[in-house]
This record gives sequence, C-alpha cells and structure tokens, in this order.
Amino acid sequence: MNLAVNNQSLMLELGLVMIALAIGWHEKLGIDRDMVIGVVRAVIQLFIVGYLLKSVFRVNNGWLTGTLILIIIFNAGYNAKQRSNGIPHALPISVGAILISTAVTLGVLMLAGAIAFIPSQMIPIAGMIASNSMVAIGLCYRNLNAQFKQERQAVLEKLALGADLKDASREIVRDSIKTGMQPTIDSAKTMGIVSLPGMMSGLIFAGVDPVRAIKYQIMVIFMLTSATSIGSVLACYGAYREFYNERKQLVGPSN
Amino acid sequence: MSLLELKQVGYQVGDTPILRGIDLNVDAGEWVTISGPSGSGKSTLVRIIASLLSHTSGTLRFAGKAIEDYDPIAYRRRVSYSFQQPTLFGETVYDNLAFPYQIRQLPFDRQRAVAALEYVGLTANDLDKAVIDLSGGQRQRVALLRNVMIYPEVLILDEVTAGLDAENKAFVWSMVRHFNQDDGITVIAITHDQAEITAAQRLVTLVNGRIVPGGAQ
Repeated sequence: MNLAVNNQSLMLELGLVMIALAIGWHEKLGIDRDMVIGVVRAVIQLFIVGYLLKSVFRVNNGWLTGTLILIIIFNAGYNAKQRSNGIPHALPISVGAILISTAVTLGVLMLAGAIAFIPSQMIPIAGMIASNSMVAIGLCYRNLNAQFKQERQAVLEKLALGADLKDASREIVRDSIKTGMQPTIDSAKTMGIVSLPGMMSGLIFAGVDPVRAIKYQIMVIFMLTSATSIGSVLACYGAYREFYNERKQLVGPSN
Repeated sequence: MSLLELKQVGYQVGDTPILRGIDLNVDAGEWVTISGPSGSGKSTLVRIIASLLSHTSGTLRFAGKAIEDYDPIAYRRRVSYSFQQPTLFGETVYDNLAFPYQIRQLPFDRQRAVAALEYVGLTANDLDKAVIDLSGGQRQRVALLRNVMIYPEVLILDEVTAGLDAENKAFVWSMVRHFNQDDGITVIAITHDQAEITAAQRLVTLVNGRIVPGGAQ
C-alpha cells in the first residue's frame, strides 16, 4: 500500500480536530477558541518553517545555518524567561544556559560523528535540544520562585547564621535542578514501554529498520539528558543570586 | 566607643515609615531588652542590626566601622540573629549544630556539641535525633545552640520565648544569661514577657517606629 500525507489527506484529518472541538463544545470547556487558534497557528507556522527549511537546506550555507540556530536559541531563551515570573536578568541567563547546553551537546554529537554540520541535521537537532532545555529551564524558574517563597524563613535563618548565598540556597537550587531534569529522566525511563517517541516513530513510519531507528532514539535520549542537565544547572546557578540584593539580603521572589 | 552605634536610623517601605530617628548605643557585654506593641518596628530594628535589612536613613556603626564597610556574611557571623519559632534545618539535631561549622568550612566540634546538648538537658545520643521528634522547647534550645556553637559577639533574640511554657521560657532565659554573663556575648532581646521587661537591665521601648522618650534607659 502506498502511504502518503498530502494536502487532501490533511484536510480529511482535520476531522480529528473537529472531534476535539465537539468534545470541548459539548463539555463546555471554554477552550474552543484557543484550540482553533492553536491549530491554525501550528499549521501556518509549520508551513512557513517547512518552506524556510527547504530553501535553507538548498542553500546549504554555514553562516545561515549558524544564524538560524542562534535565532532558535534566542527564541527558546525568551520563552524560558517568560516562565521566570520576574526573576531579574532571566533573559541573558536563559539564553546563555540554552546556548551553552546546545553548543556542548551539538559539539559532542559532531565529534562522535553522529551528525555533520549541514543544515538538514544541525537545525532540527538544535531545535530539539534548545526546546527541551527551554522547558527544563522554565521548570527550574518556577521551582526557584516557589521554593524561595516557601522556604523564605529557612533561607533567612541560614543568612542570619552567617551562611553565604550558596549555602543559604543550596537545597533550593538542588531541588530546582532536579525539577528541571525530571521530565527527561521520567521519559527516558518509560521509553519504548509507554511511548515510542517522535523521532523513532517518524523513522519507522518512513520505512527505516526499527533497530536502526532505536539507535537514533538512544542518541536523542543522550543528547536531551545532557542538554536539560546543563541547561538546568546553568540557569539555577545563574538565577538564584537574583533573589538577593547587593547586601546579600533576601529580596525575592517579587510576588 | 560603643560596640553598636545607631544614629538617626530610619527605615521606610515606599512612602511608609517603619522606623524613624532611632538613636541607640549598645556597649560590649550589655543586655538590652526591646519592648513595644505589635507593629512598632521592633523586628525591623533588630533585622537591620543583624544586616538582614538595610536602613534607609541614618548611620549604623559596629565596632567603630559603618555596617556598609563589612562583608554582610562576615558581619552576620559576629552579630547572630535568632528567630521566633525557628526552622530547624535538615533531618537531625546534628544537621543543625554542624551547620555553623559547615558554612565556615571548619571541622565539626563534636565534643563541644555534646557538652552544649548536655547543658540544655539533651544527651549525646540526641545528636542523631530527628528534628521532628523534638518538643517545642527542645527545638528552641537547639536553635539557640546553633547560634552560639561558634560564639558571636552579639546575639539578637526576636521573641524567642514566645509560645513556650513557663518552664522552657525560664530555661531559655537562663541559657541567654549564661551566654551574656559567662561568655560576654552582648544580648539584644525583643520580648513581650512582662517579667522580663520588669527585670530588664536596660529597656528600650518602641512605639510607632520611634524610641519612646525615657524608654531608652
């Protein structure tokens, strides 16, 4: 059987969204508008990116590839910053953490010969790394804010005993790094048992031998573990000092 | 020269003044009791002295130097603040008594810790006791020991006996008296306890963010 996803089949598959809309409408979930906007945005964005990638792959220029990766990293950093709930300097901290986590992970993959510096490999992989790092950093920020609020008294007491900022924040930073990495670890634990993840499914779907596909997936697990751990560590250690002022007094979280 | 010299110290949040024109000198080895109604700025004042807050006007000098000239961490190791209803860290009593050594990267002085525990009616075995198994009075004693495992020059107590029964209250005050009289630690203590206010060597009364004239004896 010749399988193909074409415009006509996509139109028919739109029926699946209609089912979701019908459920939302019937259950009065009040998310019909968000769902329509989400689906329309996804379609438009993916079409734009599809055509953009097509031309970038055709041009195959190192500078252009590098620029696109930097744009991806900046966007990821900006989105992570949105989760910071007012932590000062969250944008440079996020962009820096994602830049380093992406660069280290891509560097190791290239050195290992798993990928080459060509746009069709670098851009999708950079996107996967940056987006996972972004989610991890967002979780770190949320946890930092929650923990500094919840543990305010303990932090104050540690400061009052003469602890430096690192000692006063140690448990909070540790807990936040764990929170950032947890989804990646959980997903790694259940991989193949609960989920057949995107990249592997896509390869199998496109006719690649499953044994070959899992090797790619294993590479993805390795790179995402590295990216989320580096991103979480850098973001947490970069951000925790922002909860204190120059006199080493606890001032945050802001709300 | 007094150990602590506050001149016209003020603190305000936005446009709201919390403390106004505080003049206060505290000599080394002194015991100053601070009293006043709720919301009068007592805790704010002692938190400023402990460098957990910064005054917004006036000057605060410690051992002849402006507080701003000290590294806040080094300063807080000399001027130690103990909270009302303290939070104990970690899981065991050891985690709390070892904390002052850990932050200074010093080896834990077990002998001193055991002697301190015995002094407050606990035993060497209690070092491994879980903090959740301590009574309210024991928690406060361990918290106070944490402040003095490595002696500070000034010990600030923010209503540390609030919520304790008479027996524990008396014990905590006897501990503080020992630190003050035998070890020469300067004590600044906020209290609502009438007996303590009456017995104070030197009483400072705050009302609406000001020291009441005649209150600072």
